[in-house]
Amino acid sequence: MQEYRTTRDGVRGERPLQAWFDVRKRNLGSWAFAINRLTGMGLIVYLVLHLIVLSTLLQGEQGWDKFLEIARSPFFLAFDIVLIFGILFHGLNGIRVALIGMGIGAKNHRSLFWVLMFIGAVLLVVSAWKVFTI
Amino acid sequence: MAERDVVFKVLRYKQGETVPHYDTFTVKTDENTTALVALQAIRRDDDPSLTLRHSCHHGSCGTCGMRINGEEQLSCVVNVQELGTPTVVVEPLQNAPLVSDLVVDMAPFFDRYTQPEMPYVRQSEFMPEADVPDGIGHYTRYENCLECGLCVSACPVMGSDASYLGPAAMAAAWRVVAEPRGSDPEFALNWADNEHGCWRCHVAYECTEVCPSDVNPAEAIMSLRGELTKRKFRRVFGLGK
Repeated sequence: MQEYRTTRDGVRGERPLQAWFDVRKRNLGSWAFAINRLTGMGLIVYLVLHLIVLSTLLQGEQGWDKFLEIARSPFFLAFDIVLIFGILFHGLNGIRVALIGMGIGAKNHRSLFWVLMFIGAVLLVVSAWKVFTI
Repeated sequence: MAERDVVFKVLRYKQGETVPHYDTFTVKTDENTTALVALQAIRRDDDPSLTLRHSCHHGSCGTCGMRINGEEQLSCVVNVQELGTPTVVVEPLQNAPLVSDLVVDMAPFFDRYTQPEMPYVRQSEFMPEADVPDGIGHYTRYENCLECGLCVSACPVMGSDASYLGPAAMAAAWRVVAEPRGSDPEFALNWADNEHGCWRCHVAYECTEVCPSDVNPAEAIMSLRGELTKRKFRRVFGLGK
């Protein structure tokens, strides 16, 4: 098959991040696309941090208890809510993308997005309540 | 609406320059002035070196696509006063090499678009009950796609994957699958079945949002995926095609 010519524009430069995140004048799908990437990158960073934190177990019980003390502070718990938001948005939007990719809801992708986001919002509120009360 | 002066901020670039810049022009507009007519007025009255591409002036040739106030549109059907902004920012399409001012090189677009070999004339589907004039066998109609490139400019994946096949070309591939008319649907499906093809789309739907001609490329890409998924499942379970 014929080689594709690049669509890169030498004069205006390569701006992949702008293509992903410049949502000015864009529609719902682009917002979902951009937030999906942000939450995806955030979850990767979290995974690394999580593994680093778990490594404190190597310092024995004292090191772990010290971490738990910090983890139970309201400031840290607020980060848990951000984490849960990231998981819910990324997961639920991923379900939307997978469903549409299989031809389910392709004509009603906006409604599908809002239904899933409503479910996400309910789960986020319940999770936040649990995080701060347990 | 009365006559009104509108400021146009137009991206300028000529071969050999390192970076583009913007020039501003003031144009007298009335309630019928389109962005294309205003740009032609700039070219006629202020700067004959302003380069732009156009043909039909009524939204059917697809040659005057550009970004107006950050949105991909056919400039011939954009009413300037209805935009409602004191300044109108005009830029060339994205994701295509800039040639001069508002003109981009459409060769990469057509390289992809022509590969599925979509026939341009649809089978008759226009008013089958209509009386056909003497000497004409039947009505036919062309495919919806104007080949304007707005979808390619608006696509966020296109901006980060230089090898992406793009919405217009994949919509053409789906038309070959849906209505082959002598072209090869197997080829079209296999052509779109790769990491730079239909699986690369991330469902932003911007292509469909900006399409001026109801092609609905996003749904066509999802249809390609659906058909390929069905075939892959059948192959896995030994059910043939």
